[in-house]
Amino acid sequence: MTKIQERPTNVLVVGVGGQGVILVSKVLAQLCLSKGLQVKQSEIHGMAKRGGTVFSHIRFGPQVWSPTIPAGEVDVLVALEWAEGLRWLEYLNPDCGTFISDTQHIVPPFACRNRQRGSEDTYARETPAEIIKKVPNGFALDAAGMAQELGNERTSNTILLGILSTTLDFEIKDWEETLDLFVPPKTVELNRQAFHIGRQWIENAIRTSEVAPVSELYEQKFFPEEKGLVEWEFIPEWCKGCDICVKMCPERCLKLTPDQKVEILDINDCTGCRICEWLCPDFAINIRKPVFIS
Amino acid sequence: MNIKIRPMMGNEAIAQGAWEAGVQVASAYPGTPSTEILENVANYPESDIKAQWATNEKVAFDVASGASFAGVRSFVVMKHVGLNVASDTLMSQTYIGINGGMVIVVCDDPGIHSSQNEQDTRMYSRLAMVPTLEPSDAQEALDFVKLGYELSEEFDTPVILRSTTRLSHTRSLVQPGKRTEAKPLGFLEDPKKNVMIPGHSRLRHPKLLERETKLKAYFDSSEIIRWDKGSTDYGVITLGPPYTYVKEVLPEASVLKLGASYPLPEKRIREFCESVKQVFVVEELEPIVENEMRAMGLAVDGKKYFSRLGEFSPETVRSGFEDAGILKNKKKKVSLKINPVVRPPVLCAGCSHMSSFMVANAVDARVAGDIGCYTLAAVEPLSAIDTTVAMGSSIANAVGMDKAGTETKPIIATIGDSTFLHSGIPPLIDAVYNNADITVLLLDNKITAMTGGQHHPGTGITLRGEKTHKVDYESIVRATGVKWVKTVDSYDLGALLRTVREAIAFKGVAVVISDRPCVLDPVRLRGEPLEVIAESCTGCQACMNLGCPALSWSAEMFEGHHKIKITASSCIGCSLCAQVCPTDCIKPVMKMES
Repeated sequence: MTKIQERPTNVLVVGVGGQGVILVSKVLAQLCLSKGLQVKQSEIHGMAKRGGTVFSHIRFGPQVWSPTIPAGEVDVLVALEWAEGLRWLEYLNPDCGTFISDTQHIVPPFACRNRQRGSEDTYARETPAEIIKKVPNGFALDAAGMAQELGNERTSNTILLGILSTTLDFEIKDWEETLDLFVPPKTVELNRQAFHIGRQWIENAIRTSEVAPVSELYEQKFFPEEKGLVEWEFIPEWCKGCDICVKMCPERCLKLTPDQKVEILDINDCTGCRICEWLCPDFAINIRKPVFIS
Repeated sequence: MNIKIRPMMGNEAIAQGAWEAGVQVASAYPGTPSTEILENVANYPESDIKAQWATNEKVAFDVASGASFAGVRSFVVMKHVGLNVASDTLMSQTYIGINGGMVIVVCDDPGIHSSQNEQDTRMYSRLAMVPTLEPSDAQEALDFVKLGYELSEEFDTPVILRSTTRLSHTRSLVQPGKRTEAKPLGFLEDPKKNVMIPGHSRLRHPKLLERETKLKAYFDSSEIIRWDKGSTDYGVITLGPPYTYVKEVLPEASVLKLGASYPLPEKRIREFCESVKQVFVVEELEPIVENEMRAMGLAVDGKKYFSRLGEFSPETVRSGFEDAGILKNKKKKVSLKINPVVRPPVLCAGCSHMSSFMVANAVDARVAGDIGCYTLAAVEPLSAIDTTVAMGSSIANAVGMDKAGTETKPIIATIGDSTFLHSGIPPLIDAVYNNADITVLLLDNKITAMTGGQHHPGTGITLRGEKTHKVDYESIVRATGVKWVKTVDSYDLGALLRTVREAIAFKGVAVVISDRPCVLDPVRLRGEPLEVIAESCTGCQACMNLGCPALSWSAEMFEGHHKIKITASSCIGCSLCAQVCPTDCIKPVMKMES
C-alpha cells in the first residue's frame, strides 16, 4: 500500500507574458533538484506570448504527483503584476499562505473599452492595503520601480525572487549560484544586486509593516452618466457629402445616405468625441452635451 | 550529451527519447502544444537526425513514411487537429505497417488552451487500429518513445504516442540516456505490403486484426500496464496526466494505470475489476476506456462523475470522487475570489495584422478568417472576423459565400503566410478555376508566428537555420491564374486601404499581400516609441480601435473621456495609431537635448 507522503511545498508564480515568470520558476526548480528533491513545474505556453496571463506551478518535496497545485493549497504566491496576483488569490492557502506581489499595473486594452462618458477602466480597484489585510501573510511592493532605479526594469522578477527566497528553506549561497545559471552572463552582478534588494526590502517591510502607496488612478473622480445624453445636431443644407466624418468616426456610427447626406445610425453609439464636428469643412455638425465641473 | 538527471519539459523528453531510440528522420508542422518537440530534436547533431519542418502535417507524415520505407527509424509530430490533416496517410500506413520503426507523436489539447477543438486522438487509434501509448510524466514520455519503436518493429505497425498540453508543458525530472544507433535496413521491396491497391489492401486488412490480438496479449503482460495495489473497496483505472491527479487525491486507492490506451489489456482489466468492489475510470475527454469496459460486460462508472469536457485537475478529480461518495465533502475554505481584469491574449504592440483588419472594417467586408495570430482580430475591439473553421479554410469559405449569392458586402478571405503554404494553395486554385469574385488578404508576416516563430518555406530558412529556397508568393499566386495581385506595406494604412478597395472593385479573384515581418520573430523589432501630446488629445478613442496593447487610458480626461497614453517600453513605433489619430497628437518621443 502506498504510504501517505509528506505534503509537497507549492509555489505559484504569475504575471503577464514577457515579465520573466518562467525564469523565477526555473531557478526554483533547479535549486530543488540540486537539493535532491522531487520537483514538477507546469506552465501553459502558446497564447502567453500574446500579452495574456502567464502562470507557473512549482511543486517540490519528497514525492510530487500532480504537476498543478489544487486551489487553496498554494504556500507562496509570487505575482509580477498586481491584477494577476489578485486573479490567483483563490489558489492561496487561506490559513498560512504568503502573498508577494509587485504593485505595478499592466492595463490590458480590454480594460479600456467602455466608450460612455465618465466611464473608468475595468482594472481591479482593490488596493494593496486592503488585500494585505485579508491574506495570512502579504507583501506588496513597487518592484518595477525599484528595478528601474537599479537601472534595468527587467530585473523586477529577480527582486521578487529575493523576497521569495526568504520564505523557503534554502541557503542564500545556493539561491545566488542557481540564479547565476539562468541570467545572461553580463547581468549576473546586476541580478545578484536585485536579489539582495528584494531581501533587504522584506526585512524592512516586516520591521515597519510598510505597504505600497495607492496608484494615482484610484484618485480619479467618476462622472457617472446615463446613455444617450449626447445630442447630435445636423444641418443638412450645409452638408455636401464629402464623407470625411463618416470615415473618421471612431465608433463608425455615421453613414452617408443615398442622397449624399450624413445620418447617425444610433445615437447611443455616439460618445460625443466631437471628431465629426471639428473635421466637418462645412460646419454642418454640432455636438451638444452637458458640461461637468469637477 | 549531458546524461545527468535534470528537469525536462515533456516535449523535451519526447525529443530526447527519439534521439536515444536512434531516429534518423523527423518531420513536423508546428502546432501548440507539440511545437517544441521538433525544435528540441533539431538540437541533436544533423549526423544523427535529419529534422525538418514540413509544409503541413500530411506532408510531415509522408516524409516519415518514406523514411520508414527506406529502412530507418522515423518520427513525426503534430497536434491533435494536425492528425485530421494527416489522417489519410495514417489510414494507409496502418495497413502497410513499417520497415524502419515509426512513432507518431500526437499532442491533444483538453481544455482548448490554444486550438479550435478538443478532439480525442484515442478515437483515431481505434479507427486506424494503431497501438497508442499514454505517458503520465516526462520520464515516461522518454521511455515510451523508445518502447514505441520496439513495438513498431516487433508488431509491424506505426505507433501513436499521445501527449496532452499538460504533459507537454510540464517539467519534471528525467534521466537521459545514450543513443542506440540502429543500422539502416535499406528499402524493403515488397509491393504487396507497400502498394495500397485494392488487391493488396484486402490482404493487409486481416493482418491488422491479427496484430490487434497480438498487441492485446502483449499489453496484458506488459509492465506499462501498472497495478498500484491498495484498498479493495474501490479501484481506479486511469491514464496519462490524470493518473497523477488520482494519486494526489486518493493515495491509498488501487489504481490500474494504463500506459497504453489501444488496444486495451482485457485480461488485466478483468482481473483488476474482480479484485475491488467498485471501479471508476478517470479519463480526460471521451469515455473510451469506460465504453469498451462496458462492452466487455464490466460494471464501471466514469463520465457520470468525471466530465467529458475540458482538462482535469486535482480539484475536478477530487470533486468527482466526492460526488461518487468515495471522498467526504471537504469543507471548502473561504479563499479570496477576485476577478481583477479580463486579460485575454491580444495582438502584439505594432503587429502588422492590426492594420489589415482595420481596413477590413473600413470597407465593411464579410471576412472569412483562418488560423493564426490574426484569429485574435475576431474579438474586441477589431471584431473583424466572421468565420474561422480550420487550417486553410478561409479562401474556400469565401468562395462558398460568393457562390451562395446572398452577400451584399464585399467578401474577403484572410490567411497568414504559413497557413497559406499549409493548405491555402488548393483553395486558391479552386477559386480561380470556379470564377469566384473574392478578395484574398495574404497576411505575410514572414514566420509561423502563433506557435512561437518557426521558419517555413516562405522564410527561406530551414529548421536548422540553414538558407534554402524562399517561396515567392506573387509567383505562386499568379501561377494559379490570379490576374490581380499587389503587395503593399501594411504599416501604410492609407495605401493598404486604397489597395484593398481596388482589389474589391476587381471582378474575380484578387490577392493583396500585406508585407511586414512579425514584431517578435525571428527578431524582436524595436523602433523609436511614440507618445501622446496630451494637450491635443481629445480622448476620441480612434487609436483604441486598433487594440494595441501599448495604448491605455491616462488619468487625464477630456469632456468625460480618458485621454490616451502610450507605454514606451511596449511601443515599437509602428505609427499606426498616429495614422488614425484625427487630432494628430501622436508623435515620436521628444529627445532631451544634452
